[in-house]
Amino acid sequence: MVEFWWTYIWPVVVVAFQSVLLLASLLIAIAFLLVADRKIWAAVQMRRGPNVVGPFGLLQSFADFLKFVFKEPIVPSGANKGVFLLAPLVSSVLALSAWAVIPVNEGWAVADINVGILFVFAISSLEVYGVIMGGWASNSKYPFLGALRSAAQMVSYEVSIGFVIITVLLCAGSLNLTEIVLAQKGDLGLFNWYWLPLFPMFVIFFISALAETNRPPFDLPEAESELVAGFMVEYSSTPYLLFMLGEYVAIVLMCALTTILFLGGWLPPFDVAPFNWLPGVFWFVFKVCIMFFMFSMVKAMVPRYRYDQLMRLGWKVFLPLSLFMVVAVAAVLQFSGLAG
Amino acid sequence: MQIVTALFFYLFASITVAAGFMVIASRNPVHSVLFLILAFVNSAGLFILLGAEFLAMILIVVYVGAVAVLFLFVVMMLDVDFAELRAGFLRYLPVGALIGVILLIELVLVVGSWTITADVSARATAPVPPLANVTNTEALGRILYTKYVYFFEAAGMILLVAMIGAIVLTLHHKEGVKRQSIPRQVGRRREDGVEIKQVETGKGI
Repeated sequence: MVEFWWTYIWPVVVVAFQSVLLLASLLIAIAFLLVADRKIWAAVQMRRGPNVVGPFGLLQSFADFLKFVFKEPIVPSGANKGVFLLAPLVSSVLALSAWAVIPVNEGWAVADINVGILFVFAISSLEVYGVIMGGWASNSKYPFLGALRSAAQMVSYEVSIGFVIITVLLCAGSLNLTEIVLAQKGDLGLFNWYWLPLFPMFVIFFISALAETNRPPFDLPEAESELVAGFMVEYSSTPYLLFMLGEYVAIVLMCALTTILFLGGWLPPFDVAPFNWLPGVFWFVFKVCIMFFMFSMVKAMVPRYRYDQLMRLGWKVFLPLSLFMVVAVAAVLQFSGLAG
Repeated sequence: MQIVTALFFYLFASITVAAGFMVIASRNPVHSVLFLILAFVNSAGLFILLGAEFLAMILIVVYVGAVAVLFLFVVMMLDVDFAELRAGFLRYLPVGALIGVILLIELVLVVGSWTITADVSARATAPVPPLANVTNTEALGRILYTKYVYFFEAAGMILLVAMIGAIVLTLHHKEGVKRQSIPRQVGRRREDGVEIKQVETGKGI
Protein backbone atom coordinates (compact mmCIF):
# COMPACT_ATOMS: atom_id res chain seq x y z
CA MET A 1 0.00 0.00 0.00
CA VAL A 2 2.83 2.35 0.88
CA GLU A 3 4.53 1.58 -2.40
CA PHE A 4 1.27 2.11 -4.26
CA TRP A 5 0.96 5.51 -2.62
CA TRP A 6 4.47 6.61 -3.55
CA THR A 7 4.43 5.33 -7.15
CA TYR A 8 0.90 6.27 -8.21
CA ILE A 9 -0.81 8.77 -5.98
CA TRP A 10 2.08 11.02 -4.97
CA PRO A 11 3.21 11.96 -8.54
CA VAL A 12 -0.39 12.74 -9.42
CA VAL A 13 -0.69 14.98 -6.35
CA VAL A 14 2.56 16.78 -7.27
CA VAL A 15 1.52 17.33 -10.88
CA ALA A 16 -1.94 18.50 -9.83
CA PHE A 17 -0.43 20.97 -7.37
CA GLN A 18 2.02 22.29 -10.00
CA SER A 19 -0.78 22.65 -12.55
CA VAL A 20 -3.00 24.55 -10.14
CA LEU A 21 -0.12 26.83 -9.20
CA LEU A 22 0.70 27.47 -12.87
CA LEU A 23 -2.93 28.11 -13.83
CA ALA A 24 -3.57 30.41 -10.87
CA SER A 25 -0.50 32.54 -11.53
CA LEU A 26 -1.22 32.53 -15.27
CA LEU A 27 -4.83 33.68 -14.82
CA ILE A 28 -3.87 36.44 -12.38
CA ALA A 29 -1.12 37.56 -14.75
CA ILE A 30 -3.63 37.60 -17.61
CA ALA A 31 -6.02 39.74 -15.60
CA PHE A 32 -3.32 42.40 -15.26
CA LEU A 33 -2.05 41.98 -18.82
CA LEU A 34 -5.59 42.68 -20.02
CA VAL A 35 -5.59 45.96 -18.12
CA ALA A 36 -2.12 46.70 -19.49
CA ASP A 37 -3.37 46.02 -23.01
CA ARG A 38 -6.24 48.46 -22.60
CA LYS A 39 -4.03 51.05 -20.89
CA ILE A 40 -1.39 50.93 -23.65
CA TRP A 41 -4.06 51.13 -26.29
CA ALA A 42 -5.60 54.10 -24.51
CA ALA A 43 -2.26 55.86 -24.07
CA VAL A 44 -1.51 55.64 -27.79
CA GLN A 45 -4.90 57.19 -28.54
CA MET A 46 -4.40 59.82 -25.77
CA ARG A 47 -7.22 58.48 -23.64
CA ARG A 48 -7.04 57.43 -20.01
CA GLY A 49 -8.28 53.87 -20.34
CA PRO A 50 -9.81 52.03 -17.37
CA ASN A 51 -9.10 54.15 -14.28
CA VAL A 52 -12.05 53.72 -11.92
CA VAL A 53 -11.88 50.28 -10.32
CA GLY A 54 -8.98 50.08 -7.87
CA PRO A 55 -5.81 52.20 -8.00
CA PHE A 56 -5.17 53.28 -11.64
CA GLY A 57 -7.95 50.89 -12.68
CA LEU A 58 -5.78 47.89 -11.88
CA LEU A 59 -8.71 45.80 -10.67
CA GLN A 60 -10.79 46.43 -13.81
CA SER A 61 -10.39 42.85 -15.08
CA PHE A 62 -11.74 41.41 -11.84
CA ALA A 63 -14.76 43.70 -12.03
CA ASP A 64 -15.34 42.60 -15.63
CA PHE A 65 -14.98 38.99 -14.57
CA LEU A 66 -17.69 39.33 -11.90
CA LYS A 67 -19.93 41.19 -14.33
CA PHE A 68 -19.71 38.43 -16.94
CA VAL A 69 -20.13 35.60 -14.46
CA PHE A 70 -23.27 37.04 -12.87
CA LYS A 71 -25.06 37.67 -16.16
CA GLU A 72 -27.44 35.21 -17.72
CA PRO A 73 -26.00 33.03 -20.49
CA ILE A 74 -28.32 33.25 -23.49
CA VAL A 75 -28.46 30.37 -25.94
CA PRO A 76 -30.20 31.30 -29.22
CA SER A 77 -33.19 29.07 -29.93
CA GLY A 78 -31.88 28.09 -33.37
CA ALA A 79 -28.45 27.21 -32.01
CA ASN A 80 -27.03 23.74 -31.80
CA LYS A 81 -26.94 23.78 -28.03
CA GLY A 82 -24.28 21.19 -27.22
CA VAL A 83 -21.73 22.47 -29.73
CA PHE A 84 -22.62 26.07 -28.87
CA LEU A 85 -21.66 25.56 -25.22
CA LEU A 86 -18.72 23.28 -26.02
CA ALA A 87 -16.97 25.83 -28.28
CA PRO A 88 -15.87 28.35 -25.61
CA LEU A 89 -14.74 25.49 -23.38
CA VAL A 90 -12.63 24.04 -26.21
CA SER A 91 -11.14 27.45 -26.87
CA SER A 92 -10.10 28.18 -23.29
CA VAL A 93 -9.14 24.68 -22.12
CA LEU A 94 -6.89 24.09 -25.14
CA ALA A 95 -5.13 27.41 -24.70
CA LEU A 96 -4.52 26.67 -21.01
CA SER A 97 -3.36 23.09 -21.61
CA ALA A 98 -0.51 24.18 -23.88
CA TRP A 99 1.09 25.89 -20.88
CA ALA A 100 1.88 22.48 -19.37
CA VAL A 101 5.09 22.20 -21.40
CA ILE A 102 6.31 25.82 -21.22
CA PRO A 103 9.48 26.01 -19.10
CA VAL A 104 9.54 29.29 -17.15
CA ASN A 105 12.93 28.45 -15.63
CA GLU A 106 15.39 25.60 -15.90
CA GLY A 107 13.37 22.53 -14.90
CA TRP A 108 10.26 24.59 -14.10
CA ALA A 109 7.86 22.92 -16.50
CA VAL A 110 4.92 20.78 -15.44
CA ALA A 111 5.70 18.31 -18.23
CA ASP A 112 9.21 18.46 -19.70
CA ILE A 113 8.43 16.23 -22.70
CA ASN A 114 10.68 15.38 -25.63
CA VAL A 115 8.36 16.82 -28.25
CA GLY A 116 7.41 19.97 -26.33
CA ILE A 117 7.45 22.32 -29.29
CA LEU A 118 5.34 19.93 -31.36
CA PHE A 119 2.85 19.73 -28.50
CA VAL A 120 2.47 23.50 -28.43
CA PHE A 121 2.16 23.55 -32.22
CA ALA A 122 -0.48 20.81 -32.15
CA ILE A 123 -2.49 22.61 -29.47
CA SER A 124 -2.33 25.90 -31.31
CA SER A 125 -3.53 24.15 -34.46
CA LEU A 126 -6.49 22.79 -32.50
CA GLU A 127 -7.51 26.24 -31.28
CA VAL A 128 -9.25 26.92 -34.57
CA TYR A 129 -11.97 24.47 -33.52
CA GLY A 130 -13.25 26.73 -30.76
CA VAL A 131 -13.85 29.43 -33.36
CA ILE A 132 -15.37 27.18 -36.05
CA MET A 133 -17.65 25.35 -33.64
CA GLY A 134 -18.82 28.61 -32.06
CA GLY A 135 -19.49 30.17 -35.44
CA TRP A 136 -21.34 27.22 -36.86
CA ALA A 137 -23.37 26.38 -33.75
CA SER A 138 -24.67 29.94 -33.44
CA ASN A 139 -26.73 29.30 -36.58
CA SER A 140 -26.49 32.88 -37.72
CA LYS A 141 -24.84 34.66 -40.63
CA TYR A 142 -22.18 36.88 -39.07
CA PRO A 143 -20.75 34.24 -36.74
CA PHE A 144 -20.62 31.78 -39.62
CA LEU A 145 -18.74 34.21 -41.87
CA GLY A 146 -16.34 34.98 -39.02
CA ALA A 147 -15.75 31.28 -38.42
CA LEU A 148 -15.03 30.60 -42.10
CA ARG A 149 -12.57 33.47 -42.24
CA SER A 150 -10.75 32.39 -39.14
CA ALA A 151 -10.53 28.76 -40.27
CA ALA A 152 -8.79 29.79 -43.48
CA GLN A 153 -6.63 32.36 -41.70
CA MET A 154 -5.40 30.15 -38.88
CA VAL A 155 -4.64 27.21 -41.19
CA SER A 156 -2.66 29.46 -43.59
CA TYR A 157 -0.50 31.10 -40.97
CA GLU A 158 0.17 27.84 -39.18
CA VAL A 159 2.16 26.73 -42.22
CA SER A 160 4.67 29.55 -41.92
CA ILE A 161 4.79 29.17 -38.12
CA GLY A 162 5.68 25.53 -38.72
CA PHE A 163 8.57 26.47 -41.01
CA VAL A 164 9.85 29.06 -38.52
CA ILE A 165 9.80 26.41 -35.80
CA ILE A 166 11.71 24.04 -38.10
CA THR A 167 14.54 26.54 -38.61
CA VAL A 168 14.84 27.01 -34.86
CA LEU A 169 14.82 23.24 -34.40
CA LEU A 170 17.59 22.87 -36.97
CA CYS A 171 19.74 25.31 -35.01
CA ALA A 172 18.92 23.91 -31.58
CA GLY A 173 18.93 20.23 -32.56
CA SER A 174 16.10 19.29 -30.22
CA LEU A 175 12.33 19.45 -29.90
CA ASN A 176 12.51 19.86 -26.16
CA LEU A 177 11.75 23.44 -25.13
CA THR A 178 14.28 23.42 -22.29
CA GLU A 179 17.04 22.27 -24.63
CA ILE A 180 16.08 24.90 -27.20
CA VAL A 181 16.63 27.57 -24.55
CA LEU A 182 19.88 26.00 -23.35
CA ALA A 183 21.15 25.85 -26.95
CA GLN A 184 20.98 29.67 -27.02
CA LYS A 185 23.30 30.00 -24.03
CA GLY A 186 26.70 31.46 -24.89
CA ASP A 187 29.40 33.98 -24.07
CA LEU A 188 27.80 36.77 -26.07
CA GLY A 189 24.67 36.93 -23.92
CA LEU A 190 21.74 38.34 -25.76
CA PHE A 191 23.59 38.35 -29.09
CA ASN A 192 23.73 34.58 -28.84
CA TRP A 193 19.94 34.21 -28.83
CA TYR A 194 18.30 33.21 -32.06
CA TRP A 195 16.65 36.57 -32.78
CA LEU A 196 19.92 37.84 -34.26
CA PRO A 197 21.02 34.98 -36.56
CA LEU A 198 17.43 34.18 -37.50
CA PHE A 199 16.15 37.75 -37.59
CA PRO A 200 13.87 37.35 -40.66
CA MET A 201 12.26 34.32 -39.03
CA PHE A 202 11.77 36.29 -35.83
CA VAL A 203 9.81 38.92 -37.75
CA ILE A 204 7.79 36.29 -39.65
CA PHE A 205 7.01 34.46 -36.42
CA PHE A 206 5.85 37.64 -34.71
CA ILE A 207 3.51 38.60 -37.54
CA SER A 208 2.24 35.03 -37.96
CA ALA A 209 1.60 34.87 -34.23
CA LEU A 210 -0.57 37.98 -34.56
CA ALA A 211 -2.55 36.29 -37.33
CA GLU A 212 -2.72 32.95 -35.55
CA THR A 213 -4.21 34.51 -32.41
CA ASN A 214 -6.61 36.74 -34.39
CA ARG A 215 -5.03 39.89 -33.02
CA PRO A 216 -5.29 43.22 -34.83
CA PRO A 217 -4.34 43.99 -37.60
CA PHE A 218 -5.50 40.45 -38.50
CA ASP A 219 -8.65 40.33 -36.36
CA LEU A 220 -10.91 39.70 -39.36
CA PRO A 221 -12.88 36.87 -37.71
CA GLU A 222 -14.30 39.44 -35.33
CA ALA A 223 -13.99 42.59 -37.41
CA GLU A 224 -16.52 44.82 -35.69
CA SER A 225 -17.00 47.17 -38.61
CA GLU A 226 -18.28 44.42 -40.92
CA LEU A 227 -19.15 41.35 -38.87
CA VAL A 228 -20.23 43.05 -35.60
CA ALA A 229 -18.16 40.65 -33.46
CA GLY A 230 -17.65 37.72 -35.80
CA PHE A 231 -17.95 34.30 -34.27
CA MET A 232 -18.72 35.79 -30.84
CA VAL A 233 -21.89 37.68 -31.84
CA GLU A 234 -24.32 35.31 -30.15
CA TYR A 235 -22.27 34.72 -27.03
CA SER A 236 -22.92 36.39 -23.71
CA SER A 237 -21.81 36.16 -20.08
CA THR A 238 -19.62 33.20 -19.06
CA PRO A 239 -19.28 31.57 -22.51
CA TYR A 240 -18.14 34.92 -23.90
CA LEU A 241 -15.74 35.27 -20.98
CA LEU A 242 -14.27 31.86 -21.79
CA PHE A 243 -13.69 32.91 -25.41
CA MET A 244 -11.93 36.08 -24.28
CA LEU A 245 -9.90 34.12 -21.77
CA GLY A 246 -8.88 31.58 -24.40
CA GLU A 247 -7.86 34.36 -26.75
CA TYR A 248 -5.68 36.14 -24.23
CA VAL A 249 -4.13 32.90 -22.93
CA ALA A 250 -3.26 32.03 -26.52
CA ILE A 251 -1.70 35.48 -27.02
CA VAL A 252 0.45 35.15 -23.90
CA LEU A 253 1.34 31.62 -25.01
CA MET A 254 2.58 33.01 -28.31
CA CYS A 255 4.61 35.64 -26.41
CA ALA A 256 6.11 32.87 -24.26
CA LEU A 257 6.87 30.80 -27.35
CA THR A 258 8.62 33.77 -29.01
CA THR A 259 10.61 34.23 -25.80
CA ILE A 260 11.67 30.58 -25.77
CA LEU A 261 12.44 30.27 -29.46
CA PHE A 262 14.12 33.60 -30.11
CA LEU A 263 14.79 35.53 -26.91
CA GLY A 264 16.61 32.94 -24.82
CA GLY A 265 13.81 31.98 -22.43
CA TRP A 266 14.91 32.48 -18.82
CA LEU A 267 18.54 33.33 -19.68
CA PRO A 268 19.78 36.75 -18.50
CA PRO A 269 20.84 39.17 -21.30
CA PHE A 270 24.44 39.04 -20.06
CA ASP A 271 25.81 36.38 -17.78
CA VAL A 272 27.57 38.91 -15.50
CA ALA A 273 27.08 40.23 -11.98
CA PRO A 274 23.94 42.37 -11.76
CA PHE A 275 22.01 40.40 -14.37
CA ASN A 276 22.51 36.83 -13.20
CA TRP A 277 21.60 37.68 -9.60
CA LEU A 278 17.97 37.81 -10.63
CA PRO A 279 16.19 34.47 -10.88
CA GLY A 280 15.38 33.07 -14.34
CA VAL A 281 11.65 33.42 -13.80
CA PHE A 282 12.08 37.19 -13.64
CA TRP A 283 13.81 37.31 -17.01
CA PHE A 284 11.21 35.00 -18.55
CA VAL A 285 8.29 37.13 -17.34
CA PHE A 286 10.13 40.31 -18.32
CA LYS A 287 10.63 39.11 -21.90
CA VAL A 288 7.04 37.88 -22.15
CA CYS A 289 5.89 41.34 -21.02
CA ILE A 290 8.05 43.03 -23.67
CA MET A 291 6.54 40.80 -26.33
CA PHE A 292 3.05 41.52 -25.03
CA PHE A 293 3.82 45.23 -25.15
CA MET A 294 4.74 44.84 -28.82
CA PHE A 295 1.48 42.96 -29.44
CA SER A 296 -0.45 45.83 -27.82
CA MET A 297 1.41 48.50 -29.75
CA VAL A 298 0.65 46.75 -33.02
CA LYS A 299 -3.00 46.63 -32.02
CA ALA A 300 -3.00 50.34 -31.34
CA MET A 301 -1.07 51.50 -34.38
CA VAL A 302 -1.74 49.30 -37.41
CA PRO A 303 -4.98 49.46 -39.39
CA ARG A 304 -6.85 46.25 -40.14
CA TYR A 305 -5.87 44.24 -43.22
CA ARG A 306 -8.28 43.46 -45.99
CA TYR A 307 -9.00 39.75 -46.21
CA ASP A 308 -7.39 39.09 -49.61
CA GLN A 309 -4.30 41.02 -48.52
CA LEU A 310 -4.08 38.83 -45.43
CA MET A 311 -4.18 35.67 -47.53
CA ARG A 312 -1.67 37.11 -49.98
CA LEU A 313 0.74 37.91 -47.15
CA GLY A 314 0.42 34.42 -45.71
CA TRP A 315 0.69 32.34 -48.87
CA LYS A 316 2.68 34.48 -51.30
CA VAL A 317 5.13 36.25 -49.00
CA PHE A 318 5.65 34.34 -45.76
CA LEU A 319 5.41 30.80 -47.11
CA PRO A 320 8.10 31.14 -49.85
CA LEU A 321 10.31 33.23 -47.57
CA SER A 322 10.17 30.79 -44.67
CA LEU A 323 10.59 27.80 -46.97
CA PHE A 324 13.67 29.41 -48.49
CA MET A 325 15.03 30.17 -45.03
CA VAL A 326 14.61 26.53 -43.95
CA VAL A 327 16.73 25.45 -46.93
CA ALA A 328 19.26 28.24 -46.39
CA VAL A 329 19.68 27.59 -42.67
CA ALA A 330 19.98 23.85 -43.24
CA ALA A 331 22.60 24.44 -45.94
CA VAL A 332 24.60 26.82 -43.76
CA LEU A 333 24.49 24.39 -40.84
CA GLN A 334 25.51 21.48 -43.04
CA PHE A 335 28.37 23.09 -44.94
CA SER A 336 29.82 25.27 -42.20
CA GLY A 337 30.15 22.28 -39.90
CA LEU A 338 28.05 23.94 -37.17
CA ALA A 339 25.58 21.04 -37.13
CA GLY A 340 26.13 18.56 -34.34
CA MET B 1 2.91 1.47 -14.23
CA GLN B 2 1.33 -1.54 -15.96
CA ILE B 3 -2.11 -0.94 -14.47
CA VAL B 4 -2.15 2.74 -15.33
CA THR B 5 -1.07 2.08 -18.92
CA ALA B 6 -3.75 -0.58 -19.29
CA LEU B 7 -6.38 1.74 -17.82
CA PHE B 8 -5.45 4.51 -20.23
CA PHE B 9 -5.36 2.07 -23.12
CA TYR B 10 -8.92 0.95 -22.45
CA LEU B 11 -10.03 4.55 -21.95
CA PHE B 12 -8.56 5.78 -25.25
CA ALA B 13 -9.51 2.64 -27.17
CA SER B 14 -13.12 2.61 -26.03
CA ILE B 15 -13.55 6.32 -26.76
CA THR B 16 -11.97 5.83 -30.21
CA VAL B 17 -14.32 2.97 -31.04
CA ALA B 18 -17.36 4.81 -29.68
CA ALA B 19 -16.43 7.97 -31.58
CA GLY B 20 -15.87 5.94 -34.74
CA PHE B 21 -19.33 4.46 -34.36
CA MET B 22 -20.85 7.89 -33.81
CA VAL B 23 -19.19 9.16 -37.01
CA ILE B 24 -21.49 6.95 -39.04
CA ALA B 25 -24.41 6.96 -36.61
CA SER B 26 -24.94 10.67 -35.97
CA ARG B 27 -27.48 12.39 -38.15
CA ASN B 28 -25.81 15.76 -38.46
CA PRO B 29 -22.70 15.62 -40.73
CA VAL B 30 -20.96 18.33 -38.70
CA HIS B 31 -21.36 16.19 -35.59
CA SER B 32 -19.88 13.32 -37.58
CA VAL B 33 -16.76 15.35 -38.33
CA LEU B 34 -16.49 16.41 -34.70
CA PHE B 35 -16.66 12.76 -33.62
CA LEU B 36 -14.03 11.94 -36.23
CA ILE B 37 -11.79 14.54 -34.58
CA LEU B 38 -12.43 12.92 -31.21
CA ALA B 39 -11.40 9.57 -32.68
CA PHE B 40 -8.19 11.12 -34.09
CA VAL B 41 -7.27 12.70 -30.77
CA ASN B 42 -7.82 9.46 -28.89
CA SER B 43 -5.75 7.47 -31.35
CA ALA B 44 -2.99 10.03 -30.76
CA GLY B 45 -3.33 9.06 -27.10
CA LEU B 46 -2.86 5.41 -28.07
CA PHE B 47 0.32 6.35 -29.96
CA ILE B 48 1.64 8.05 -26.84
CA LEU B 49 0.99 4.89 -24.84
CA LEU B 50 3.09 3.00 -27.41
CA GLY B 51 5.94 5.45 -26.84
CA ALA B 52 5.56 7.02 -30.30
CA GLU B 53 5.13 10.59 -29.15
CA PHE B 54 6.34 12.10 -32.41
CA LEU B 55 3.74 10.21 -34.44
CA ALA B 56 1.05 11.20 -31.96
CA MET B 57 1.84 14.91 -32.30
CA ILE B 58 2.09 14.70 -36.10
CA LEU B 59 -1.26 12.90 -36.18
CA ILE B 60 -2.82 15.80 -34.30
CA VAL B 61 -1.07 18.53 -36.32
CA VAL B 62 -1.78 17.03 -39.73
CA TYR B 63 -5.08 15.22 -39.37
CA VAL B 64 -6.85 17.22 -36.70
CA GLY B 65 -5.23 20.60 -37.30
CA ALA B 66 -5.39 20.65 -41.08
CA VAL B 67 -7.30 17.81 -42.76
CA ALA B 68 -10.26 17.75 -40.40
CA VAL B 69 -10.51 21.56 -40.53
CA LEU B 70 -10.99 21.34 -44.28
CA PHE B 71 -13.51 18.52 -43.81
CA LEU B 72 -15.46 20.63 -41.37
CA PHE B 73 -15.16 23.61 -43.68
CA VAL B 74 -16.72 21.71 -46.58
CA VAL B 75 -19.39 19.95 -44.53
CA MET B 76 -20.49 23.19 -42.90
CA MET B 77 -20.89 24.86 -46.29
CA LEU B 78 -22.97 22.01 -47.73
CA ASP B 79 -26.67 22.57 -47.47
CA VAL B 80 -27.65 19.00 -46.67
CA ASP B 81 -31.32 18.09 -46.64
CA PHE B 82 -31.52 15.57 -43.82
CA ALA B 83 -35.04 14.36 -44.62
CA GLU B 84 -34.03 13.51 -48.18
CA LEU B 85 -30.91 11.72 -46.96
CA ARG B 86 -32.91 9.53 -44.63
CA ALA B 87 -35.52 8.79 -47.30
CA GLY B 88 -32.86 7.23 -49.52
CA PHE B 89 -31.45 5.18 -46.67
CA LEU B 90 -33.62 2.08 -47.10
CA ARG B 91 -33.27 2.11 -50.87
CA TYR B 92 -29.47 2.00 -50.75
CA LEU B 93 -29.29 -0.34 -47.76
CA PRO B 94 -28.89 -3.59 -49.77
CA VAL B 95 -26.03 -2.22 -51.88
CA GLY B 96 -24.29 -0.74 -48.85
CA ALA B 97 -24.73 -3.93 -46.86
CA LEU B 98 -23.34 -6.00 -49.75
CA ILE B 99 -20.22 -3.84 -50.00
CA GLY B 100 -19.79 -3.94 -46.24
CA VAL B 101 -20.08 -7.73 -46.11
CA ILE B 102 -17.59 -8.17 -48.97
CA LEU B 103 -15.10 -5.91 -47.21
CA LEU B 104 -15.59 -7.79 -43.96
CA ILE B 105 -15.02 -11.18 -45.64
CA GLU B 106 -11.88 -9.87 -47.33
CA LEU B 107 -10.52 -8.52 -44.07
CA VAL B 108 -11.24 -11.78 -42.28
CA LEU B 109 -9.54 -13.75 -45.04
CA VAL B 110 -6.46 -11.54 -45.03
CA VAL B 111 -6.06 -11.15 -41.29
CA GLY B 112 -7.13 -14.73 -40.54
CA SER B 113 -4.45 -16.23 -42.76
CA TRP B 114 -1.82 -13.94 -41.27
CA THR B 115 0.89 -16.02 -39.68
CA ILE B 116 3.39 -14.35 -37.44
CA THR B 117 6.86 -15.85 -37.57
CA ALA B 118 8.85 -16.22 -34.40
CA ASP B 119 11.51 -13.66 -35.30
CA VAL B 120 9.08 -10.96 -36.45
CA SER B 121 9.80 -8.66 -33.54
CA ALA B 122 13.51 -8.95 -34.15
CA ARG B 123 13.04 -8.21 -37.83
CA ALA B 124 10.73 -5.28 -37.30
CA THR B 125 12.91 -3.57 -34.73
CA ALA B 126 16.23 -4.25 -36.46
CA PRO B 127 16.80 -0.73 -37.84
CA VAL B 128 15.50 0.97 -34.69
CA PRO B 129 18.19 2.01 -32.23
CA PRO B 130 17.30 1.52 -28.56
CA LEU B 131 14.87 4.19 -27.36
CA ALA B 132 16.98 4.94 -24.32
CA ASN B 133 19.78 6.37 -26.48
CA VAL B 134 17.95 8.46 -29.05
CA THR B 135 14.59 10.17 -29.01
CA ASN B 136 11.70 9.07 -31.11
CA THR B 137 12.13 11.95 -33.55
CA GLU B 138 15.81 11.30 -34.06
CA ALA B 139 15.27 7.58 -34.69
CA LEU B 140 12.58 8.29 -37.28
CA GLY B 141 14.69 10.96 -38.95
CA ARG B 142 17.71 8.67 -39.19
CA ILE B 143 15.71 5.93 -40.88
CA LEU B 144 13.81 8.24 -43.22
CA TYR B 145 16.84 10.20 -44.37
CA THR B 146 19.30 7.32 -44.68
CA LYS B 147 17.77 3.98 -45.51
CA TYR B 148 14.55 5.17 -47.12
CA VAL B 149 15.67 8.55 -48.45
CA TYR B 150 14.73 7.84 -52.09
CA PHE B 151 11.27 6.57 -51.16
CA PHE B 152 10.82 9.59 -48.95
CA GLU B 153 11.82 11.97 -51.73
CA ALA B 154 9.60 10.11 -54.19
CA ALA B 155 6.63 10.48 -51.86
CA GLY B 156 7.40 14.19 -51.62
CA MET B 157 7.52 14.50 -55.42
CA ILE B 158 4.20 12.66 -55.79
CA LEU B 159 2.57 15.01 -53.30
CA LEU B 160 4.01 18.02 -55.11
CA VAL B 161 2.69 16.80 -58.46
CA ALA B 162 -0.72 16.11 -56.92
CA MET B 163 -0.80 19.60 -55.43
CA ILE B 164 0.15 21.27 -58.72
CA GLY B 165 -2.44 19.15 -60.52
CA ALA B 166 -5.19 20.20 -58.11
CA ILE B 167 -4.26 23.85 -58.54
CA VAL B 168 -4.16 23.59 -62.35
CA LEU B 169 -7.56 21.88 -62.41
CA THR B 170 -9.27 24.52 -60.32
CA LEU B 171 -7.52 27.70 -61.38
CA HIS B 172 -9.55 29.77 -63.82
CA HIS B 173 -8.47 33.21 -64.88
CA LYS B 174 -11.59 35.14 -65.74
CA GLU B 175 -11.24 37.83 -68.35
CA GLY B 176 -12.25 41.34 -67.53
CA VAL B 177 -11.92 41.09 -63.77
CA LYS B 178 -10.10 43.93 -62.07
CA ARG B 179 -7.15 42.61 -60.08
CA GLN B 180 -4.87 44.25 -57.60
CA SER B 181 -1.27 44.39 -58.72
CA ILE B 182 0.82 45.09 -55.65
CA PRO B 183 4.05 46.06 -57.47
CA ARG B 184 2.18 48.48 -59.71
CA GLN B 185 0.41 49.94 -56.72
CA VAL B 186 3.62 50.38 -54.77
CA GLY B 187 5.50 51.68 -57.81
CA ARG B 188 2.99 54.47 -58.44
CA ARG B 189 4.41 57.98 -58.06
CA ARG B 190 2.63 61.21 -57.35
CA GLU B 191 3.21 62.39 -60.92
CA ASP B 192 1.29 59.40 -62.36
CA GLY B 193 -1.79 59.99 -60.26
CA VAL B 194 -2.14 63.73 -59.77
CA GLU B 195 -2.24 66.39 -62.39
CA ILE B 196 -2.28 70.05 -61.41
CA LYS B 197 -4.08 72.46 -63.72
CA GLN B 198 -4.12 76.16 -63.31
CA VAL B 199 -7.77 77.13 -63.76
CA GLU B 200 -8.39 80.68 -64.81
CA THR B 201 -11.12 82.53 -63.01
CA GLY B 202 -14.48 82.49 -64.71
CA LYS B 203 -13.55 79.66 -67.06
CA GLY B 204 -13.92 75.89 -66.80
CA ILE B 205 -11.22 73.39 -67.52
